[in-house]
Order: sequence, then structure tokens, then C-alpha cells
Amino acid sequence: MNVKRSPWLLHYDGSSCNGCDIEVLAALTPVYDAERLGVVNTGDPMQADIFLITGGINAQNAPVVKQLYDQMPRPKVVVAVGVCACTGGIFKETYNVLGGADTVIPVDIYVPGCAARPQSIIDGIVQAVALFQQRSDEHDALVKSQKGAN
Amino acid sequence: MGKKSVVPFGPQHPVLPEPLHLDLVIEDEVVEEAIPSIGFIHRGLEGLAEKRDFNEMMYIAERTCGICSFGHGLGYVEAVEHIMNVQVPDRARYLRTIWSELERLHSHLLWLGLAADAFGFESLFYEAWRIREKVLDIHEMTCGGRLIFSVNKVGGVLRDINADQQKFILDQMNVLEKEIKNIAKVFLEDYSVQSRSKGIGVLTTKQAHELGAVGPFARACGIKNDIRLTGYCAYGELDFEPIVSNDCDCYARLEVRIKELFQSIDLVRQAFAKIPAGELETKVAGFPKGEYFVRI
Repeated sequence: MNVKRSPWLLHYDGSSCNGCDIEVLAALTPVYDAERLGVVNTGDPMQADIFLITGGINAQNAPVVKQLYDQMPRPKVVVAVGVCACTGGIFKETYNVLGGADTVIPVDIYVPGCAARPQSIIDGIVQAVALFQQRSDEHDALVKSQKGAN
Repeated sequence: MGKKSVVPFGPQHPVLPEPLHLDLVIEDEVVEEAIPSIGFIHRGLEGLAEKRDFNEMMYIAERTCGICSFGHGLGYVEAVEHIMNVQVPDRARYLRTIWSELERLHSHLLWLGLAADAFGFESLFYEAWRIREKVLDIHEMTCGGRLIFSVNKVGGVLRDINADQQKFILDQMNVLEKEIKNIAKVFLEDYSVQSRSKGIGVLTTKQAHELGAVGPFARACGIKNDIRLTGYCAYGELDFEPIVSNDCDCYARLEVRIKELFQSIDLVRQAFAKIPAGELETKVAGFPKGEYFVRI
């Protein structure tokens, strides 16, 4: 199934300073317009295919991030936007930050930058879309083989 | 009297750029009460201040908030400069003023866009953010970053704005003024915007005072309070009047912010007209010791 043109985004702010969040939004607004790639920003994790997470993980948001990830249907792709989501960044040594997004969920694509620029966020989305297509194909093949076995 | 019910809202929600959890108490489809629980983005910057050098801390202070980063950094360096008794050169003071006003422009446009998004006016949101990109281009040209400036340092600034850049910024101010006038008309005169903002979210002057409201929010509640009047940076040498509205509702907040956009453009022009040539920073020796309180 060709899903390249219709992946939906879910955006969640872990503990970022808002810089990356507004860059994610800026990437979706007319000047950069990531929506031309067919992505739509959705608020519902159950309809989302690509999870954009900004900011590091702290004790309070760790279960929230985990739950959002679990609620998303398979196949899914996770993009960590900004250094804080990649490694914890400048806040790595603070007492309340556990680390990057990969401390609680598996991250596929890392977008560096502080704040990550809209261009690099779009690049991350493009890579995520390709990976999403690949995973979707694998998923289809798996379903087919299981049907064949029955 | 209807039955009361509680609807959980957040921490993840499409209209929220930041996580916040609200328990909305609803009666007859009207929100009667909202009980917040916060702390989802708590990082613990204050702990980091103990581990870092005071010069490095400026960059961390800026990352308190990506939308108003310059303001946070400015507050930090002003405080340290007062403790260390450092006299900042005039040119640096004016440059700081210009950057703060540019940041105010981008921040207000962002707020207005998100407000438009929240009351369901998608095209107005896109228009406000399209105009905002012009301000971000100026940030990028003068500082290298779109949101995080990192041009302040204890004792002055790191970068200068040269004559070519100054001309470009002043040209852009004319363009911005024209474009903001277009969206101002929609924000202030459109029927659908008025029906979603007039008389909504009223915070009386007394309540605002008791709750300690600040900035444009307080000014929209009729409190004539503008910290810029205290004259930090070069504000003491520029001519402006705080913009106040007495309506206390969401419409007043839109109005105050839109008028402040024009005020910021005016302040940038004034600052460029008065900016003196000279040094960008003074040498700083020793370490800060003491306490100081700054309001920005």
C-alpha cells in the first residue's frame, strides 16, 4: 500500500523550551509548508503515524510520552526534534531531566539543532515518511504471509 | 441547573503547544471551573546555575523559553552587571533595546497567530505566522539564530548591526507595518473575531492586580504598568507611552498586543535614529558576588 502521501503527525512537547515546538509549527505554516508532503498535524495519537517529540524526558512526562507512543497504531515512526529530545542537550545535567526521548521510547530519526531549524525538521519528516513506507510494506508482507499460512 | 461533569483536558492536546493538564468542570456545556496541574516541562534550571560558570549561564538562561529567549538572557546579564558594577557601552545598550523590540514583534505575532488558531481562524493564523517569518529573518541575519539569540554577554553584546543591515531592517519595518495593518483590521474589526473575544475571559483590574498579572496581559486589564518605563537598556532615552485598555477581556488583549506591534516598530526606528557609534563591550574582571533583582 502506498502510504507515502498521507502520514499524519503527532507533536508532543516533552520538556522543551518551546523553541523547537514553534519551529515545528513554523515548518507547517506557509513559508516552509511541510503539509505539501501530505502530512497533517493531528492531535489524536490513535490516528497518527509519525511522532514528533521535542524536549527531554523528565519524571512527570515519561509516562505521558510512553502512553502516547503505545496509543499510536503500528507501523509508526518516532522523530526526536532538537538536541534536548536527542540527548537531553543543555539540560542533560539538571536534576529533573532523565535524558533524551530514547530513554522511554525507541527513536528512529534524530533531528539536531537548538532550536532545530524548520528546514532540518522537514528533512527529518521526509526521512520519516520513507521509513514509514518501508515499515508499512513490511507490515503488509507480514500480514500476507500470515494469511497464507492459515 | 444541570449536572456537573468533569472532562480531563491534556497534557497532550492539539490546541496546546505546551503540556498542561486541566480538569474542566462542565455544567450545561459551559466550563464553570478549570483545575490545572502543571510541571510537565519542569527541568530544574536553577540547579544547573550552581554547576555552571556565570558567563555560560547566560546561554542557559536564554533557553528558559524559546519564544522570549532574549528577554531571559537580558534579565540575567543585567542582574550580573549590577552586582559586578559593570558599565555597559551605549551602543550595546541600544543594540539590546533593538533586539528586545524585534523579539517582542515576533512574540506578539506568534501569540496573535496562536490566538487566531485557538478561535478557529486558520487563515489568519497562517497570515500572522507568515509575517512573523520576516522578523525571524532579521534575527537570523543579525544573530545567526532564528529563536535563540545568544548575542548578549556580561558586559555588552557579541555582535554589531552594520549600516547595510540597519538599512535592511528599517526597510523591513516599513513592509511589516503595512502587512500588520492588514491583519490588525481583521483582528479588531472582523465580526467573527469579536464574537469570540468580546466579553470572554474577563479578568477585572482588581483580580489582575491580586493575581500579579504582568506585561500586555496586565495592560489589557487597565493596569498602567510597563517595566520598560523604568528605563533599563536604552528605554529611558526613547519616547513611548504604555498601551492600556480597560475592557479586561480577550478582545482587549488582542488590541493591546496589536497596538504594541506598531509601538515596537516605532521603538526600533527611534533606537536606530539615536544609536551612537562605539564599543560593544566592556572588559569584565572577577566573579559576581551578591544579590540583585531585575525586572524586564
